[in-house]
Amino acid sequence: MNLMRWTLIGLSGLVLAACGGKGSFDSGGGNTIAGAGANVATAVVSAGPTGNDINTLFTSVTICAPGSTTNCQTIDNIEIDTGSSGLRILASALTADLPIQTDGSNNAIAECTQFAGGTYSWGPVALADLTISGESAANLPVQVIGDASFATVPDACAGTGSAEDTVAAFGANGILGVGTTAADCGADCADVVGNGFYYTCSSATDCAAAAVATSAQVQNPVTFFATDNNGVIIELPSVAAGGGTSATGALVFGIDTESNNSQSAVATVLGVQTTTGFLTVALNGTSYAESFLDTGSNGYYFDDSSDAALLQCTDQNAAGFYCPTSTLNFSATVCAYDVAGTCAGVNQSTVNFSIANADTLFAGNASYSALPTLGGTFSNETTIDLGLPFFYGRNVYEVFEGHSSSQGAGPYVAF
Amino acid sequence: MSMQRLSVPQHRIAAALAASIAATLLLPAPAQAALGAPFAAIAAEQTRMRASIKVSSEAGYSVHALTLPSGTIVREYVGANGVVFAIAWNGPSQPDLSAVLGTYFADFQNAAKTGRGGRNRLDLERSDLVIQSGGHMRAFFGRAYLVNAVPGGVSPDALR
Repeated sequence: MNLMRWTLIGLSGLVLAACGGKGSFDSGGGNTIAGAGANVATAVVSAGPTGNDINTLFTSVTICAPGSTTNCQTIDNIEIDTGSSGLRILASALTADLPIQTDGSNNAIAECTQFAGGTYSWGPVALADLTISGESAANLPVQVIGDASFATVPDACAGTGSAEDTVAAFGANGILGVGTTAADCGADCADVVGNGFYYTCSSATDCAAAAVATSAQVQNPVTFFATDNNGVIIELPSVAAGGGTSATGALVFGIDTESNNSQSAVATVLGVQTTTGFLTVALNGTSYAESFLDTGSNGYYFDDSSDAALLQCTDQNAAGFYCPTSTLNFSATVCAYDVAGTCAGVNQSTVNFSIANADTLFAGNASYSALPTLGGTFSNETTIDLGLPFFYGRNVYEVFEGHSSSQGAGPYVAF
Repeated sequence: MSMQRLSVPQHRIAAALAASIAATLLLPAPAQAALGAPFAAIAAEQTRMRASIKVSSEAGYSVHALTLPSGTIVREYVGANGVVFAIAWNGPSQPDLSAVLGTYFADFQNAAKTGRGGRNRLDLERSDLVIQSGGHMRAFFGRAYLVNAVPGGVSPDALR
C-alpha cells in the first residue's frame, strides 16, 4: 500500500511538473487548473464512500471544536455543492466532539435540510473551526446530520420526504455548500416561525419550529474566511466523452484576490437571482427562466419536448436518464437572470454539450464515476439544471451575494 | 365499550349523526385535502399549516392556492367531482408532502430512494401517477397528479 501511494504521488508530481508553469497545469480541455496553494483545495470526482456515485465532486475538510487544536478531525469524501450553502457532516463520520449551537434561551438549534429529490436530512446545528487548504473559518455553524441523540424527527420535517441521514443514503461523508447565497435560509428563517428549516429544542427529543437569527444559521463557510472570501472557482479537467474512472481538479477560494484566481477575461459575468441562484437558459427556441448551475446535480437535467430523439431510458438501472440511440448535441445559451425570463438584452454565454445513452455509459465501465455526457429528465418546463458534467473542462467562477470581484457585483456566475 | 355502543337506540345514533353533519356544514370551507381524496377530507389542515388561501376557477376544475408561513405555495387542483386530482408546489422549502400527497406519500418516499440520479430531482412516472420534484436549496418546486383523474382537455403543463 505504501509503495503504491508513493508511486501515485510520484506520478502526479511528474504530471504537475511537466505541465505546470507557475504551479498550474493545463487540463487538456483548454482550461488551466490551479496547482497547490493556500487557497486551493483538491476537488476529485470519484465513486465516493459508497462506490456508487457518479459525477459527484469531493474534497476533504478539517474541523476542530472552536478554539481547540486537539479535538480535531480531517474528513474526506465531502461533496462540493454549488446548489446549497453550508457545511453538513454525517454524524457517523464525525468523531470530533462539537458543541451544539444554542439560541438565547439555551435551547439547541436543529435543522431540517430538504433536498429537491425528495429527501431530508435532520440534525442539530453545531459550532466548529473549519480548515480547508490554507483557509479557515472560526466558530462556523455546521449541521450534524443523523445525530443519534436527536433521533426524534418533527412530523413537519419527516413529511418532506424520506430520510437521508446515513453515509450510505447520502453518498458522502458530508456536503460543503458553496452556493451564491451567504446563509442557507437567511431572512426568511430569521423572521418566520414555521419556515420549514429551523427548529429549537428544549430537549433533544422535543423540537419545535422556530425563527433563528441569520448569524446562527448554517452558512457558506467561504464567507467566514479572513481573505479569499468573495467567491469560489470550480476548475475541472475535461473527460473523454465515454467517461473516466475519476477526474481531479481544484476548488479555488476567492476571485481576483490572489495571483492564481483571476477571473478569465473571456468569462462573461452572468448575474443570478439573489435568493435562488436562478438564471435563464435558452435551448432550441425555449427560455427556461428557473435554470441553474449545480455541482450537486450529477447530470444535465432538462426536458426538451421538441426533440423526439431525446428518449428516456427503459432499463430500471438507468431510470430517469436519457438513452438516445446515438449521441445528441445541444447548444444552449446561458443568460443572466432577468425578471422577463428571456435572454433579451442581458449578458450571455454559449454552452455546447452532448447527451449519450446512459445505459451504454453505465455498462461501458462499472468503475467510471466521471460521465460528461450523462443527462436526465427534468419535467419542470421552466428549468435546465446544468449539473456537474457542465463543469468538466471549464473554470466556473461564482461570486457570492453581498460580495464582488473586479469584474462585478455578486451574486453572479461566469465561465 | 362496544357493548354499550350497541345498546344505544338507533334513533339516537341518527340524531347524533345529523347533529354532526350540521356542525360540519357550519364550519368554514375546508381548505386542504390530500391527492386523490375528497377536498373536504382534511378540514384541519389549513389551520394546522397556518396558511392563507386563494381560490380560482378554471374550466372543469378549481385551484386552491395555499401560501404557507415559509413562503412556499401549495396549489390544490379540485375536479368537478370534488376530488383533488393534482398538487403543485414551489417556494423556499418543501411543504409537508405527507399531508398533501396523502396515501401517495409512500410512493414519493420510495421514488426518492431509487436510481442513481442523486438528490437533485425526483421524477416518478407511472401510468396512473406522476410525481416530480426539483430545484435546490431555497428554490424548490414540484407537482403530483393522478393521470386518469385529470379533466379532459387539461394539459399537465398547466398544473404548476
